[in-house]
Amino acid sequence: MPTFWLIACLFLMSAAGFILGRYRAVLSTGGEVRKLHSLPSYYGYNVALSTLLPALAALALWSILQPLVIDARVSGMISTDMNSENTSAELMMSDVQRVSEGLNIAVARNEMTNEEIRVMDADTVDLRSRLADLGIALGSEVRPEILTAARQHQDMTHAGRLMMTIVVVLLAIVGFARSYGLTDKDFRARNVVERCVFALLALAASLAILTTVGIVFSMLFETISFFGLHSWKDFFLGTTWAPNFRGDSELSILPLLWGTIYISLIALLVAVPIGLYAAIYLSEYASSSTRSFAKPLLEILAGIPTIVYGLFALLTVGPMLVRIFGRGSEGLLGLTWMTGATSVLTAGLVMGIMLIPFVSSLSDDIINAVPQSMRDASLGLGATKSETVRQVVIPAALPGIVGAVLLAASRAIGETMIVVMGAGAIAKFSTNPLEAMTTITTRIVSQLTGDTDFASPETLVAFALGLSLFVLTLGLNILALAIVRTYREQYD
Amino acid sequence: MNDMTLTERNVDIKDIKIAASNVQVHYGETHAIKDVNVSIEDKTVTAFIGPSGCGKSTFLRCLNRMNDTIQTCSVKGNILLDGEDIYDKRVDVVQLRAKVGMVFQKPNPFPKSIYDNVAYGPKIHGMARGKSELDEIVEKALRRAAIWEEVKDRLNAPGTGLSGGQQQRLCIARAVATEPEVLLMDEPCSALDPIATAQVEELIDELRQRFSVVIVTHSMQQAARVSQKTAFFHLGSLVEFGETGQIFTNPNDPRTESYITGRIG
Repeated sequence: MPTFWLIACLFLMSAAGFILGRYRAVLSTGGEVRKLHSLPSYYGYNVALSTLLPALAALALWSILQPLVIDARVSGMISTDMNSENTSAELMMSDVQRVSEGLNIAVARNEMTNEEIRVMDADTVDLRSRLADLGIALGSEVRPEILTAARQHQDMTHAGRLMMTIVVVLLAIVGFARSYGLTDKDFRARNVVERCVFALLALAASLAILTTVGIVFSMLFETISFFGLHSWKDFFLGTTWAPNFRGDSELSILPLLWGTIYISLIALLVAVPIGLYAAIYLSEYASSSTRSFAKPLLEILAGIPTIVYGLFALLTVGPMLVRIFGRGSEGLLGLTWMTGATSVLTAGLVMGIMLIPFVSSLSDDIINAVPQSMRDASLGLGATKSETVRQVVIPAALPGIVGAVLLAASRAIGETMIVVMGAGAIAKFSTNPLEAMTTITTRIVSQLTGDTDFASPETLVAFALGLSLFVLTLGLNILALAIVRTYREQYD
Repeated sequence: MNDMTLTERNVDIKDIKIAASNVQVHYGETHAIKDVNVSIEDKTVTAFIGPSGCGKSTFLRCLNRMNDTIQTCSVKGNILLDGEDIYDKRVDVVQLRAKVGMVFQKPNPFPKSIYDNVAYGPKIHGMARGKSELDEIVEKALRRAAIWEEVKDRLNAPGTGLSGGQQQRLCIARAVATEPEVLLMDEPCSALDPIATAQVEELIDELRQRFSVVIVTHSMQQAARVSQKTAFFHLGSLVEFGETGQIFTNPNDPRTESYITGRIG
């Protein structure tokens, strides 16, 4: 039975369980719902969930574990049989899997029968060409050992599938029978359902956390293999970024880190004052009608895709800066400082614009959280509005604002598209903001796009860069959260 | 309530500090204050009493234009401070509030040090020429608010770390430090325990030597204890205004009598 139908069947059983459980609960009091411990539908949910959940869990677990177990057993067989051959067990295994898959497809399309496969002899039948006719390409002729192994693989898969179906259906029946038997007017179905809800919510939360951990670990392993191929001294302490796909590259993070920090700094210099002033205007000065349309309008900026900001940088801001700082006598200032449109300043300015709503909306919330009584106290002493903002509101909100700025900084550091389009691709140490520079994120993109060999340090360096970036932003986020948390306790 | 007839009541005619006539306040559609006329004398404690929602706090906030911060609020009528209309266009609200200080219901010290809390007003108004002069002002204000002895060793500790009663006296010190001419107090003791209340009341009596004090209170005993003049508000109107002793012992209006004896409120 295909897994889809198995799942559909489970849901059907569960739905039936709901109706039956609800009915039985009502029957147990002779139709008087008031005498039940819980509402009738809770009894229904209880039966439905106990039918569905254990069976689904078993199904999921089995589907994950079965291929692993079967592969391990088949590969054990091959490696004992054919250690004389000079091919690696891994390659053989993938051959076996492909043949097995191919045979499955052939059977499914009625091109072969299971009996035919069972008696097939690899030496006499040209399996490769027959499978090729079906659209399954094999790398080499099928050898008898591989065919045997593939057959084994297939048999085990079939047997495993059958067993899984039986176990899952059995579990569903047991779950149904048990919960149905328990259904009675004194049974605390409501509490059981409550526990299920708790488990569901906890599962959702832990999945998010586990995914993060998974991402970190996958990067960590690739990073470790990178440091196996490339010296860590060059990565952390070198001064040149010169990847060379013929090998012998110089891969140092420092020039990239410098570019990242420089561009982020310019972005923050733009975003923090403008965002903060906007927040102060919105929360302290604007009338409620102004605020009700200005705030959403400002937040629209946050909804613009970064690629659009990138275009803006490339087509508008870059050429504008060139007209101001470049072109010699034709330029506005008659300078020749800037030649190309891509520069640190271009990317920084545009990224700063992107961050404005980020800073302003967070700061606005924080400023609004400062109690009105603080403002009243200051105004009541004869302070003006701006004195009140400067001397009472902002100091009280400062830790929160710092947190908001740090969050904005970690966004700036991780930003990619604007930098790809606005900052250029030259990795170097320079303090001139009118020169092109590059960042960690753009180098990750360029190292992983195109034809890549996943065993070379030039590719693997992307993971090391990614992990460094992750550590950097994680550190900033933790710092920001810690600051925001201490701030929360201030007025109690 | 008998004791207050015994406390000597200064019935001499004093200067009128604030004269309010025909004051109307609207919050949007709501008519919060209806045609109120009150004269607040200098160096006198005037108490505003009345049931919740009767408009006494609203009226108090008109006296230093704190209602300006509420957008929907509109004030009509005349309020004269030393003969000048405080709602006149030429009046600087900021100057006015420096002259008419305010203490709020809930103690609201700034999350700054005790010293900075008190020094806040004097610094803004440039009252001190140097650090030592500022120190003097702070000490004087804290002494006047009867809290100096308790905090003199920890002036740099945060004001929010004090107890409720101390915080309220700190707020009074903060208001006093700017040398106002009138001090408005909006239920200053409602968040305090009886001991702290007694301290604040004692303080109010001392403050009368220098300022005109207007206090809004829910407690009739408090009004009787600390004030010389009492105004009774009901449903946005000023029902009766007169000598505290007379209001509490021999009210003219039947509504005042029912409130004082506990039948409305």
